Amino acid sequence: MINVNEIMETIKMIDEEYLDVRTITMGISLIDCADADIDKSCAKIYEKITRVAKDLVKTGEDIEKEYGIPIINKRIAVTPIAMLLGVSGGDPLKYAQTLEKCAQAVGVNFIGGFSALVQKGFSAGDEALIQAIPQALAQTDHVCASVNVGSTKAGINMDAVKLLGEKVKEAAELTKDRDCIGAAKLVVFCNAPEDNPFMAGAFHGVGEADCVINVGVSGPGVVRSALAKAPKDLPMNELADLIKRTAFKITRMGQMVGTIASKRLNVPFGIVDLSLAPTPAIGDSVAYILEEMGLETCGAYGTTACLAMLNDAVKKGGVMASSNVGGLSGAFIPVSEDAGMIHAAQEGVLTLEKLEAMTAVCSVGLDMVVIPGDTSAEIISGIIADEAAIGMVNSKTTAVRAIPAIGKQVGDELSFGGLLGSGPVMRVNTASCTVMIQRGGKIPAPMQALKN
Amino acid sequence: MKAVVSVLGKDMVGILSDVSNECAKANANVLEVTQTIIQDMFAMFMMIDITKLNLPLSEFSVHMEETGKKKNLVIHVMHEDIFQSMHRI
Repeated sequence: MINVNEIMETIKMIDEEYLDVRTITMGISLIDCADADIDKSCAKIYEKITRVAKDLVKTGEDIEKEYGIPIINKRIAVTPIAMLLGVSGGDPLKYAQTLEKCAQAVGVNFIGGFSALVQKGFSAGDEALIQAIPQALAQTDHVCASVNVGSTKAGINMDAVKLLGEKVKEAAELTKDRDCIGAAKLVVFCNAPEDNPFMAGAFHGVGEADCVINVGVSGPGVVRSALAKAPKDLPMNELADLIKRTAFKITRMGQMVGTIASKRLNVPFGIVDLSLAPTPAIGDSVAYILEEMGLETCGAYGTTACLAMLNDAVKKGGVMASSNVGGLSGAFIPVSEDAGMIHAAQEGVLTLEKLEAMTAVCSVGLDMVVIPGDTSAEIISGIIADEAAIGMVNSKTTAVRAIPAIGKQVGDELSFGGLLGSGPVMRVNTASCTVMIQRGGKIPAPMQALKN
Repeated sequence: MKAVVSVLGKDMVGILSDVSNECAKANANVLEVTQTIIQDMFAMFMMIDITKLNLPLSEFSVHMEETGKKKNLVIHVMHEDIFQSMHRI
């Protein structure tokens, strides 16, 4: 029999500590939609997505009401569109518009997969797709783009890094009247996971099944609240145990939601992504968890150590709670989506340099950082290259989602609204890296790649 | 299949009868009731059988939430599996 305390604890987690399932993401393979005629290819995509995902939103909403657990987003991730473009040729924007139509038809919040995987080089379709990303993001509301420019196995494609610096800037410029939202929908990855349910970087990897359901959990507020009750002299290892216990419960809930969704939609269950994904709501912040561990402000010395422990404890707690763990799994540190990070950045305690160090131990990378609009494309490429290098050498996913705030300077702010939040423009080191970026070529794979 | 109905709010006359009345209308059998009053606050938990519910659980849940709002009560209806999965291995 369930006891009253357990009922109260669950209700409190949901009502006061913002516990939610962040996303149910349906991964759909579009390989069988490829056609040498781009219009036929687009028609097949529309038919397939609107057929297999037609009940996704309703199923999510039903589960939400029956189990009393908020499911914030229902999303779709598709096969990297560059692969279809490689077969069909033609104007990549046709694909972006088709995906947008699909998103509107089935009512999802986002559709990810306007993507290319170019860690080792460009194949047919890749370069054309990357060139089209800024326009695609400006012309659509729901489409998200990502490009994988490096991996531990392949090294870093510096030609792609150079190109992406330009595209990030262009994406912001084309949407400067809408708070540069274009750049917020573009992620540049190293070691991109193929089953990530979180946006903007979700795509359906080529090794995946035809259609799967992946679930991304959340719950920084719950972890923070558990830590807030701990006495100030509790040793760090005991804090880690508290985090593990909380992460276990959060993940069990995600596992349950995923299992039910997969059964009702008659689609195999893929993975649970055990992530602490913050929202701008006060209290639902990863930075506050770190501060609860004993830091005055996130960004102070000790932040990287606290984040490393948090990231690890979340995985240890979650892994036993789920049959299949995947995606990014860990603690996200997006600046604009996290009230504590925003505050720390405004105070000047959290700098881009500190964030870069934190990305060596968090689950992704430099996420939702707003930089001055006059930052050169080469410097953005430099930021991407540094992040990719951290990911490549440490065999982990890293990413850059930087938003150049066109026409704005340090001290100004961009406001995206909703879950994307708002972020202060952060100072960027402006020393030039132009010659290095212009070299292009590749950074060879590190020794870590030679595991066989 | 069972669900948990939780009712939280300021104590007043008729809460138990109102909530059980709504359950009866939906053909949900009340299996167990626990209630306490801490100072002025009323907290009640009901385990109900939902196998013969005459409307979808999602609609019943929304209906109960709205019923609660009219009387300044917070009412949640949640499938028991969420508690089982979060608190039991």
